[in-house]
This record gives sequence, structure tokens and C-alpha cells, in this order.
Amino acid sequence: MTKIRKNRKAVVNQGDCVACGCCIKVCVLKAIKVEKGLFAKVDEDKCVGCGLCARECPASVIEIKEVE
Amino acid sequence: MKKKWYDYLWIVSLIYLILGFFNILFAWLGLLCFFIPLYIAVTKSTKDYCGYYCGRGQLFSLLGGKFGLSRKKDIPDWMKSKAFRYGFLIFFFIMFFVMLFNTYLVFSNAQDLKQVITILWTFKVPWSFAYQGTLLHPGVAQFAFGFYSVMLTSTILGLITMILFKPRSWCVYCPMGTMTQFICKLKNK
Repeated sequence: MTKIRKNRKAVVNQGDCVACGCCIKVCVLKAIKVEKGLFAKVDEDKCVGCGLCARECPASVIEIKEVE
Repeated sequence: MKKKWYDYLWIVSLIYLILGFFNILFAWLGLLCFFIPLYIAVTKSTKDYCGYYCGRGQLFSLLGGKFGLSRKKDIPDWMKSKAFRYGFLIFFFIMFFVMLFNTYLVFSNAQDLKQVITILWTFKVPWSFAYQGTLLHPGVAQFAFGFYSVMLTSTILGLITMILFKPRSWCVYCPMGTMTQFICKLKNK
């Protein structure tokens, strides 16, 4: 029997991101950073898709998506 | 998570707002909120000020988060559009230069010092209770009244959007944030 495990990750809509960095401090795993003052970027190796950043994001440009 | 010294900068922002009710000349300190983010954006090409050091953002986050004064709803799409953000930045700039021009008029003795705070660029509130005179030129005080008006107006707008939308909604259309992101765009091409 194969077990299909779906991973949840935070995905940033970088075109609309205002790079305010509100997400940085709420992430317990330090998995999200603001790249060069342009937009937020998620470290997919660290992100567990908990959704804290998505809830904090004032522009609501972070979504939790299921990835294979 | 262990708190760092910069996690307490909301106290500085709060004290700044309070000091403006006692002696308007403290308003000059607000220039730090203009020059530090610009300095970081120009020298480091990052928006680290917004994410780590912005005391105002922390204050909204505290009031809207821990104190529960926010509906925590999504901000409307038009408010995060580039047109609105850059439009608001330009409007803010124009009003800032109008304020600087008024300061210039007082410095050149063409106009008398007005001991008022203008809220939301419209409502004039008598503010002489926070002015005890200055050893310097009255123009120095005029700038303080004008600058504190800018700071108070943006705090009020920030509080309104904090209540209506998410705690740090101000960050979406904050003119300093838009400007530093623009600088980073230019520098990181």
C-alpha cells in the first residue's frame, strides 16, 4: 500500500507583495524572508504550511497550497 | 521565540505620539522614521526597516493582534493595487511639500506661526497647549506642527485600516514602504 502524503506550503503572490516583512517575525521556523526588498520568499525546505504568515499578511498575498 | 531589542520599538513610537501632546518640538524626532528606512534602502537595498525595526507597524500589530482591535479581514484589492499605492505616495509627497512651503514662509517671516495640527489634511485642531516657545526661529516650531500633523494623520489612517482590515494594513499603502520598495526595485534591477 502506498501512502500519499500531501505537503502544504506557503505560496507568495510575488507580484502583489508589498515587501513589508510582516511575515518574517511570525514564522517560527524562519522559513520566510523578504528578498532584496522586493517580495517575500518561502524556503520550501523549512516551510510546513502552518499558515501563520498567510494570516498575518496585511495584503493577503500568501496562500497555503498543497504540493506533491 | 526570544525577543530582540528591536521588538520593543513600538514603545518608542508610542512615546513619540504622546510627547507631541506635551511639547511639539519633539515632532522633529519623527524624521528618524523617514531617514532610517531610506538609509537602509539606499545602502543595503533591503526593506529591513519595515520587517524588523518599524515601531509603528509593531504598535498596530500589538493593538490589532493582542488587544484584538482588528476585524482581521482581507484588505480590498484596490488598496493593494500599484495605482493606489503610488498614487497615495505622490499625494503624500505633495502634502509634505505644501507643509515644507508653509515652514519656509514662517522662516522668511512672510507668515506667522500657526499653532495648529491639521488632521487628515483638513481638520485644524488648536494645539497651542503643546507649545511653550522656542529659543530658535518660530519656523522650527512651524515644521514641528506640520510634521506632527503628518505623523498623527498617518497614525489615524493606520488605526482605521487596522480596525477594518488586518492589524498591519497600513503597511500595504505606507508611503515610506512604497518608496523603499521602489528604491529596492531600482537598485536590484
